[in-house]
Amino acid sequence: MSAAMDTESTYSGYSHYSGHSKKAHRQGRDRHKSPRSKDGSRSEKSVTIQTPPAEPLLGNDASRAEEGQDDNWGETTTAITGTSEHSISQEDIARISKDLEDSVGLDCKRYLGLTVAAVLGLLVFLTPIAFILLPQILWRDDLEPCGTVCEGLFISVAFKLLILLIGTWALFFRQPKADIPRVFVFRALLLVLIFLFVFSYWLFYGVRILDSKDTNYQGIVQYAVSLVDALLFIHYLAIVLLELRQLQPVFTVKVVRSTDGESRYYSLGHLSIQRAALVVLENYYKDFTVYNPALLTASKSRAAKHMAGLKVYNVDGPGNNASGQSRAMIAAAARRRDSSHNELYYEEADHERRVKKRRARLVVAVEEAFTHIKRLQAEEQQKAPGEMMDPREAAQAIFPSMARALQKYLRTTRQQQYHSMESILQHLSFCITNNMTPKAFLERYLNPGPTLQYDRDRWFSKQWTLVSEEAVTSGLQDGIVFVLKCLDFSLVVNVKKIPFIKLSEEFIDPKSHKFVLRLQSETSV
Amino acid sequence: SQYSGLFIFFFFQQRIEIHKLHQGENLILGFSIGGGIDQDPTQNPFSEDKTDKGIYVTRVTEGGPAEVAGLQIGDKIMQVNGWDMTMVTHDQARKRLTKRNEEVVRLLVTRQSLQKAVQQSMMS
Repeated sequence: MSAAMDTESTYSGYSHYSGHSKKAHRQGRDRHKSPRSKDGSRSEKSVTIQTPPAEPLLGNDASRAEEGQDDNWGETTTAITGTSEHSISQEDIARISKDLEDSVGLDCKRYLGLTVAAVLGLLVFLTPIAFILLPQILWRDDLEPCGTVCEGLFISVAFKLLILLIGTWALFFRQPKADIPRVFVFRALLLVLIFLFVFSYWLFYGVRILDSKDTNYQGIVQYAVSLVDALLFIHYLAIVLLELRQLQPVFTVKVVRSTDGESRYYSLGHLSIQRAALVVLENYYKDFTVYNPALLTASKSRAAKHMAGLKVYNVDGPGNNASGQSRAMIAAAARRRDSSHNELYYEEADHERRVKKRRARLVVAVEEAFTHIKRLQAEEQQKAPGEMMDPREAAQAIFPSMARALQKYLRTTRQQQYHSMESILQHLSFCITNNMTPKAFLERYLNPGPTLQYDRDRWFSKQWTLVSEEAVTSGLQDGIVFVLKCLDFSLVVNVKKIPFIKLSEEFIDPKSHKFVLRLQSETSV
Repeated sequence: SQYSGLFIFFFFQQRIEIHKLHQGENLILGFSIGGGIDQDPTQNPFSEDKTDKGIYVTRVTEGGPAEVAGLQIGDKIMQVNGWDMTMVTHDQARKRLTKRNEEVVRLLVTRQSLQKAVQQSMMS
């Protein structure tokens, strides 16, 4: 089951992005992976959305509805709220197996969606050209000659179409992150709008121009130009709705890691919960220090000691008065005078002293090691051909002198599994190549860095689950809390609205800055 | 008695008569003043209320006319020859005390020790 969980992504209704469609609007992008492939080249973040996607899924795409696709699988996903990751209910099992088959179905849907999008895009793009060419083909002899005006209009149509093409490419042809239903609603709306728009233009064209064989060619060309203008304006609308609206910050979210309380604040605009979760995760990998389970052992042992301190015996015979027992334990624990705080204080002070000592030794060792290396200038390189080394060899030469100090330091700060000898050597040669000082070399080891800095198999956090009481497609509101869980820890996200700021102005005349000297003088009389 | 207490209330003050001394060309009184409405009252070491901008005696020269007359350091000068000194600038106070045509100045002063003495006598 865990294998399936690892590879599935239940972004329902999202089709994979491809770069060859000319359609003005994307149906959606996602990082969906088929269950059979698990390539490391793609990012391994897969966000499993386990709350029921609401109606936007059905309002997915007008063309999809036309195809008669079965969208019911979206409705039957159930929400995980309040179940722990260890309890798998029957619903979960059903859902997981359903998602497996859905993911296969999603592939077909995605490609289908892509082709439909491509067709629609092509149609929209070629419509103005068709409007201009059809009269020429069908009733050329009856057309009124239209000289320079028409040629000017041809040029303008050509350039506007070119601009539209470039704009569409810039806006929509992008490597997708995961798509979100809320934005998808906007896209669907825009899609429907475009479709209706072009359809009505064709209708009008067919009835008024084709049927009646209108001879005013200039009017026809101007009609085509108006279509292209309107398409450009729809493109502008697309930019505003899909891109600009989310840029202005409206909410501040606080993200707290459950295991050690590390927290960060981010500013977000009007996003859906899913998208906000994505933003938080993207920032998690670069802002939060890497999750290190070795650092939590101390508090765990303390907690274990607390629990083991008291034993409750039931002398009144059988009968499991659980709540009474726990109350008794809490009361007894409160009364007991324990000195564990003392232990903690001295232990921490001791640890800190040890870390500082080791750090000092490390810094000295590295500085000394770096003094043995000297970069040869170009002229000097000819003079001493025998002793020259490339960066890798230089690194290997000076590494032994600092290896022990470095390893001891890493052990004390419990980072030793994050750095292998090979990685240290690589980093050392990198620093030597780029003329870095010993301090620059050490900054990677002295303090734990963000998760991105380390090897992927040390991450502990590759697959995430979004747990939310609200529907994940609904927008952010003040006071919403959702949790991003991975296997070992979770990120609790708290959303707060940025307060309405009342700013007033006050003018102070620069000439009004006057001062008096306050003295205490003493005069003798 | 109660009535004597009322009378004493108004007499936290003492009248001091100083005869100026000729010293060369000048007439001196033998003390220094500090304070005034244009000064910083928080720096006055003698005042009980640090917003009091009155004129205070900051030094009394030994053997001078002021000491002889009974003026003490820390006294607050309320009147000089009938002129009010509680709301004057430092310079105005100096001028009122050093008028060249006056040989005698009659001061109305108040001091904290005086207040305390009266209070103690009221208690007993």
